[in-house]
Amino acid sequence: MSPLHPERGRPQERANRLLRDDTRFALTRIAIFQYVTVAVFLFLIAGFWVLQVRDHEVNSELAERNRIRTDPVVAPRGKIFDRDMRIIVDNRSSYRALLSRENLNPDHLAGIAEGLHLDLAELQNRVKRYSTRPKHEAVPIKTELTRSELAFAESHMDPDTFPELEVQEHSSTRLYPQNGLAAHVIGYVGEVSDQELDTPDFAKYSPGQIVGKSGLEQQYNDILTGVDGQQRTVVDMFGTTRQVLETIEATPGRNLQTTLDIDLQAAAELSLEGRNGALVALDPRNGEVLAMVSRPSFDPGHISAQDLHDPESPLLNRAIQAQFAPGSTFKPIVALAGLETGALEPSTTFYCPGYATFYGDTHKCDAVHGIQNLHQAIVHSCDVYFYNLGNRLNIDTIAQYAQLVGLGKKTRIDLPAEAEGIMPSTQWALRTQNRRWYAGETISVAIGQGQVVVTPIQLAAAIGGLASGGAWYKPHLVRDPHSSEQPRRGELHPENIATIVSAMRGVVQEDGTGTSARIPGIDVCGKTGSAQRISNKLAKANKALYNELKDNAWFVGFAPCDHPEIVVAALWESAEHGTLAAPMVRDVLKAYFDKKLHPGQIKPPETADLPHSWFQASGLAGPIH
Amino acid sequence: MAHYRSFRDFDWPLLILTLIICALGVLQIYSATHDYSTASHDYRSAWWKQILYIAVALGAMWLAASVDYHTLMAQTPILYTLSILALIATFILGKRVAGGRRWLFNLQISEFVKLVIILVVARYLSELKSDELSARDLFKLGGLVGIPTALVVAQPDFSTGATYVPILIVGILLAGIQWRHVAVIVLACALVAPVGWFVMQDYMRQRLLTFLDPSHDPQGRGYQVNQSKIAVGNGGMWGRGVTQGTQTQLRFLPATRTDFIFASFAEEHGFVMVVVVLGLYFLLLMQIVQNAQTAPDRAGVYICMGVATLLLFHILVNVGMVVGNVPVSGIPLPLMSAGGSNMISVFMMLGLVNNVRLRRFVS
Repeated sequence: MSPLHPERGRPQERANRLLRDDTRFALTRIAIFQYVTVAVFLFLIAGFWVLQVRDHEVNSELAERNRIRTDPVVAPRGKIFDRDMRIIVDNRSSYRALLSRENLNPDHLAGIAEGLHLDLAELQNRVKRYSTRPKHEAVPIKTELTRSELAFAESHMDPDTFPELEVQEHSSTRLYPQNGLAAHVIGYVGEVSDQELDTPDFAKYSPGQIVGKSGLEQQYNDILTGVDGQQRTVVDMFGTTRQVLETIEATPGRNLQTTLDIDLQAAAELSLEGRNGALVALDPRNGEVLAMVSRPSFDPGHISAQDLHDPESPLLNRAIQAQFAPGSTFKPIVALAGLETGALEPSTTFYCPGYATFYGDTHKCDAVHGIQNLHQAIVHSCDVYFYNLGNRLNIDTIAQYAQLVGLGKKTRIDLPAEAEGIMPSTQWALRTQNRRWYAGETISVAIGQGQVVVTPIQLAAAIGGLASGGAWYKPHLVRDPHSSEQPRRGELHPENIATIVSAMRGVVQEDGTGTSARIPGIDVCGKTGSAQRISNKLAKANKALYNELKDNAWFVGFAPCDHPEIVVAALWESAEHGTLAAPMVRDVLKAYFDKKLHPGQIKPPETADLPHSWFQASGLAGPIH
Repeated sequence: MAHYRSFRDFDWPLLILTLIICALGVLQIYSATHDYSTASHDYRSAWWKQILYIAVALGAMWLAASVDYHTLMAQTPILYTLSILALIATFILGKRVAGGRRWLFNLQISEFVKLVIILVVARYLSELKSDELSARDLFKLGGLVGIPTALVVAQPDFSTGATYVPILIVGILLAGIQWRHVAVIVLACALVAPVGWFVMQDYMRQRLLTFLDPSHDPQGRGYQVNQSKIAVGNGGMWGRGVTQGTQTQLRFLPATRTDFIFASFAEEHGFVMVVVVLGLYFLLLMQIVQNAQTAPDRAGVYICMGVATLLLFHILVNVGMVVGNVPVSGIPLPLMSAGGSNMISVFMMLGLVNNVRLRRFVS
């Protein structure tokens, strides 16, 4: 090939000066280029250094996360049993729908949302939130598919319709008793919320996991929740499994055996039928809770917005959260304070003309009782006697003994959100209301009104421990074999306890206010209480308000009177007379003794005011409230 | 006068560097595609095809070195016209691939137009009578380069069109652009940029947004850069080993044969080898610059520096993208990325450099 001569050719080319004559042409600028090149390469190398040397671990981990898919092997949640290992809460299978993201087509979302009854915007949001996860992780979009939704999903999952739709069996759905038996004790479950995930207790849970939201489900969530197993596989970009690395089996959640007795629970639920209130039955020898009911109630399998906003608060567990004035049920404790401090003898008498005036206020009594000693005052529930007694004592002395029996503080039962109640004292008045305590208030407290408020569980535990001779066990629903907790004991004179117990026997078995709690052949003791919710003055002034806030009826009973095996506290809201609460307690006591003494021959209680038959109850059918 | 072309005079160091890099590229392509089971189409011949392309490219290089560059420059009017026509033809007849028409008869025309642009710039600037660029010259040259650039950008292929600009820039810097002109140009660019933002194609806007904020679109654009960084980081100091890079092998890293081949290389060979290969590219560029320093005339300087700048631009943008320092673009890594058109055109550019070198002793 012969090159062209630069001299020949068109004139323009001659202007291309030879550099031999012009050696300095642009040498500096070429040198600048060289430096710029060096800078560029250093810049690039720096980039690699950051990723490969400095951040090597971080990136390797991300690389692993890309390629290792972890599929959970769902662990079934622990079941809940009663004390005789009869099942209360079980699990059942349900299905959930997911969307695989590798072949997700955004145009399909509308159709999928419609078929599964989802909100389109929410669905899109959900998908978006998953965009930072490795591509092979599917998005769960709906749990608890109904039959029709399941049919929709299965018929539309084919490659020509919605290939990204998947269905998975998901066995951790709860099966609760149909009529809401022990609903408040059991509680309910739901998906862990975003707020909960932020707290340290929930650090080990991932979004979408089911956790207990109230009751035992919440209290023992960690035990009930098993550990999900894992299947780790190596996948490629398309989610195709290349290799199964390992399978870790799921550890099922541990079952929970409660201290509840379904038979007593059923009796208790029946006794509260159609009423608002609560009932607690426990064994004062060890603190085991045998039954706990709160009304109104709810269906733990289907919590609705209505339940949350109902002004009657069906989700509230009145047994541990309702704080009301105890009324006359407080009197035995005042009596105890009087006897122990010597302010009173069993033979001390007071005269009751049907009313009494203290500090310028006149207080009425239910009837004209005449001269009474302590025993009679308790049997007849004479307010005047206790006004006098209260006046002899001071509030702090009463508070001291009330706190000894466990009032004014939580019982620490193994359920969440227990209320504390209030036992007033001079300290308390100073601390909470920044004022002095007036002696006149002590009068009201002496008959269980005024500032003192208790919960049903507190009352049951207090009276139970008192009647047991001064030993208070912590109420609980699940036995803890590792707990070496000793009961709280009080240094009380046995003869004082005997006096009080004997009086409470009189309430039921003599001509007392609690005769409707009698059970033939059983040594039943107890105390009634009619607790005002608003003052007499206010009641007179505002009839409408009084109608709304009628007196509560309390009854606390135990049997046998000496060394009781069972104590029951019942609250019937707005029933006005404590005597009306007594039959509820009787029903539960009777159920207990029938079962114990006549096993296999449980007879219905002899009373006419049961709205449903006994056998209907044991079939676990029927409406709630 | 004798034009002496000696066999020994050929730039052997340049060729050796080039072939070493090419070989590593072939190795990487093999590693990335050897696993047939996940191939979505016929990957099997990818590495072999690359070898064939290299062979053809070597031939093209020899061709480009043989015809005296002065003759080539003499033909620039024809070559330029043909280029414009070819680009227009691509518009009309080109094969539709991934939303754009860039290919004509299986060749990416825009790659070969690069060569013509280098020659055009070299010729225009070497014929200037003065040592300074007048505004008129600037405009004319800008227009000459601008038209094919616009045609390529409209394909749409912004990235490839953008590679023409460094050729122009290095040329006018070497030719002696006046500083006030530089100021005016910079100002004009700053003013035009916002307009450009609105006018530019959506996909480019997305790329810029993702570059500025990688979490902006983690599924789409951000995903590529993200995966690239993970793959690179996964390589560590010594790499995961040939065919052992998980991100490459399991396809989490996209475009392992082409745009992200260097990420794949980094994953499997590690930081040490990355520095080595970048070093090879650096030496390659310095070798080209040496040829510019020993060029016989201005045209030779412009040609060599044009090639060097173009290659530097390619490397900066591609490798920069791999580490996430530069927005994602679609330009290949010269000599390593799989693909015939780019390989052939790069070799032809190296051929032009040799062309200048071989004629440096002319009197």
